[in-house]
Amino acid sequence: MDMSGEYRIEASRDAVWRALNDPKVLKQSIPGCDELDKTSDTEFTAKVTAKVGPVKAKFGGKVTLNDLDPPNGYRIVGEGQGGVAGFAKGSAEVKLTADGDATILHYDVKAAVGGKLAQIGSRLIGATAKKMADDFFTRFSKLVEKGA
Amino acid sequence: MSATGIGAPVRRIEDYRFLTGRGTYTDDLNQPNQAHAYILRSPHPHARIKGIKTAKAAKAKGVIAVLTGADVVKDDLGGLPCGWQVTDRHGKPMVEPPHPILVSDIARHVGDQVAVVIAETHQQARDAAELIEVDYQVLPSATSTAAAAKKGAALVWDQAPNNLCYDWILGDEQAANAAFAKAKHVAKVDIVNNRLIPNAMEPRAAVGVYDAAKDHYTLHTTSQNPHVIRLLMAAYVLKLPEHKVRVNAPDVGGAFGSKIFHYAEEAIVTWAAKKVRRPVRWTAERSESFMSDAHGRDHVTHAELAIDANGKFLAMKVYTIANMGAYLSTFAPCVPTYLYALLLAGTYTTPTIFCEVKAVFTNTVPVDAYRGAGRPEATYVVERIVDEAAKVTGIDAAEIRRRNFIPRDAFPYQTPVVVQYDSGDYQSTLDMALKQSDYAGFEKRRAESAKKGKLRGIGLSTYIEACGIAPSAVVGSVGARAGLYESALIRVHPTGSVTVLTGSHSHGQGHETTFAQLVSERMGVELKNIEVVHGDTDKIPFGMGTYGSRSLAVGGSAMVKAMDKIIAKGKKIAAHLLEAAEADIEFKDGTFSVAGTDKKKALAEIAGAAYVPHNYPINELEPGLEEQAFYDPSNFTFPGGCHVAEIEIDRDTGVVQLVNFVAVDDVGRVINPMIVEGQVHGGVAQGLGQALLEGCVYDADGQLITGSYMDYTMPRADHLPTLKVSTHNTLCTHNPLGVKGVGEVGAIGSPAAIMNAVHNALAPLGVREIQMPATPERVWRAIHGARRAAE
Repeated sequence: MDMSGEYRIEASRDAVWRALNDPKVLKQSIPGCDELDKTSDTEFTAKVTAKVGPVKAKFGGKVTLNDLDPPNGYRIVGEGQGGVAGFAKGSAEVKLTADGDATILHYDVKAAVGGKLAQIGSRLIGATAKKMADDFFTRFSKLVEKGA
Repeated sequence: MSATGIGAPVRRIEDYRFLTGRGTYTDDLNQPNQAHAYILRSPHPHARIKGIKTAKAAKAKGVIAVLTGADVVKDDLGGLPCGWQVTDRHGKPMVEPPHPILVSDIARHVGDQVAVVIAETHQQARDAAELIEVDYQVLPSATSTAAAAKKGAALVWDQAPNNLCYDWILGDEQAANAAFAKAKHVAKVDIVNNRLIPNAMEPRAAVGVYDAAKDHYTLHTTSQNPHVIRLLMAAYVLKLPEHKVRVNAPDVGGAFGSKIFHYAEEAIVTWAAKKVRRPVRWTAERSESFMSDAHGRDHVTHAELAIDANGKFLAMKVYTIANMGAYLSTFAPCVPTYLYALLLAGTYTTPTIFCEVKAVFTNTVPVDAYRGAGRPEATYVVERIVDEAAKVTGIDAAEIRRRNFIPRDAFPYQTPVVVQYDSGDYQSTLDMALKQSDYAGFEKRRAESAKKGKLRGIGLSTYIEACGIAPSAVVGSVGARAGLYESALIRVHPTGSVTVLTGSHSHGQGHETTFAQLVSERMGVELKNIEVVHGDTDKIPFGMGTYGSRSLAVGGSAMVKAMDKIIAKGKKIAAHLLEAAEADIEFKDGTFSVAGTDKKKALAEIAGAAYVPHNYPINELEPGLEEQAFYDPSNFTFPGGCHVAEIEIDRDTGVVQLVNFVAVDDVGRVINPMIVEGQVHGGVAQGLGQALLEGCVYDADGQLITGSYMDYTMPRADHLPTLKVSTHNTLCTHNPLGVKGVGEVGAIGSPAAIMNAVHNALAPLGVREIQMPATPERVWRAIHGARRAAE
């Protein structure tokens, strides 16, 4: 499943870039994120509760930041095991461009699910992922704009 | 015919308990102190298991044990055995990989069993399974039937290059090519026999019980063949002597083939019951059934038919790729070979037939027999290509069939594909079906539909099938690792009532009624005094179970043999009591009499004398009146007939509606016409499912994405018109009842009739081949694709 989108954030590119690397901001932005711990400069462990259609699961997994190009963008890759519900994995290419005092954040997401999530939720996964991405960037924009 | 004997439409005896909620199914068999098993399954189609951490799950609330593949290895358990070995075109046996009950190294399909949690409650077991951490290294997977043997496909098994399980042939390709060289016309089809998920109403379930005092195991399970399960599980998986194992298959709520096979869960609960010293139960959740019950069909086929100037078939060539899934299920290898290629003559005199079948492994659930097993696939190939032959020759679809039918007087008829048909009358079933469906008036109805903006089509299927499975020596010579006889034990009680113990198993077929009618007719005993017992290996003689429409033809014949022994013994007792010569004793309607006199004894009196042998020929005859028999058929039986489907297509939505369906089947002697009609109804509904609705889909990543009723469409009442079902029967010549079998004909004949109707409706638009299931999307695309091409 592929999707992309764009957000305009009323903050400087440097501020957005810092937030993109700040586990506190990321944790507050990721919908259903119970835990996000930085294990190195580019690695996190995460626990996320997500619901796809009728399947609700706690995912435990790893998030890594690749292709870091401050302050232009990076690729964020995550993979989570949802126990008996299956697994989810995905990556997002994030690109930042300055637009006056504001920043345009562009993302391209690839996501895949497996096990029961695919079995029962494959038809719903597109809508769910889109909603999660929207929720994430809406929260993220607000946090950055507040200067978090 | 009596009101309850052979030919009477007796209401099903078993329906009282089923309709009042008093059936006893495996899941109903609660045991004192029972524990619950939950099976953790692989979410990946192909992954190496680098490690499993179970410590957290083992400490979770209510958990009794957590077992993994390592425990299976430690306990030296065997894998699930395959019951049929196919030999390939080079004389090599098929590739037969191991089939562990819990995988320890590599998971090979989504749903493969990785670990089992035993806990006090189902929910606790499920919750604990969440805590098991499996370190998977995901491997490339292969799921497409057509692509599995192609270069670059991921390998499911290292020992199976190109994912080939076997490359098998039947017939002489050179001879077929020579016939094609002389052909005036050649019809060609490329077809897919869509993969189906069985979906019995009752999900699979298993309860394992271990009695430490007697060192004895009991498995209650949803099975069509409890003795086969006992043999496979005891001898091959758990390595137990069979006398220490009882397998009980009580009421079973539908099976359609999917409950023939020995499944891992049966062995797991039986093994675990001893390990935890408590009964262990497991019932599949519906979504678990989708990814662990053996699937059906899944062929990709190219076929060609050579035809002469008069529309006579000269030769046929069939090339099929058949998907086996990740492992070989119990009877999987025989389905696309001996239950498929042997049917390719159909009802026709095609003199030369060549068939090649490549069976491939893929990272999918194992594929095995499903209602019809091989024969719906063969019928679809034959009946689709015959329709294509009608098209290329310009001969009417009914007429080209008539020209090529095996004539009525040609039986027994030796086909070019091994089997010999014993009886049939294809002309009559065709004529009757054409009349009942008003085939002649179709164009008028087509025009009426066109006025409403709808496309109307009519389709025929003059199918044949082989059932009454099967002569043991014949199947043994082509790879079966089992005999296919059936057993019966008839017990006449001292006061004359009768218990019938049968190796056949009933899971919806109405055997308790049909068999009782058969015994009632032959023994002259009222139905209410007959009980049919099946399913429990501690009660019944060793039997092979129910599949391949064999129960009446094979199991019923065993009953006849046993009853003949009872009657023969009864005559001896009667001769003694009536002081007459044994040769003068006649048996009719439950009474032994001396020919030409009014001297007689009722069966109950004879039974009384046998169990209280005061006045009895004790020196020549043993007391008691019960007899056992095994019947091994001398041939398959060959039901056949004609199905006519008429459909309407909505151009705007692509929805296909079956508006008329006529079935005229030849199923041999009918014991209960109401049950026969019901079997055809159910079979046709499943055939409609295959033709229009059902399709199992794995995505490019190997995930099963039709894993629930949101995405997998089962037939419903509003998909079906009132079916017109009748029979025109010729008798089987080689079993004592003249019966052929009816369990599968509906599912075998109908998909081709429905799809021929769809093609008939779409042909004027220029649509050539549309694959099953002909969903609204596919039909809409075909209509609009053809329109665009025309513009």
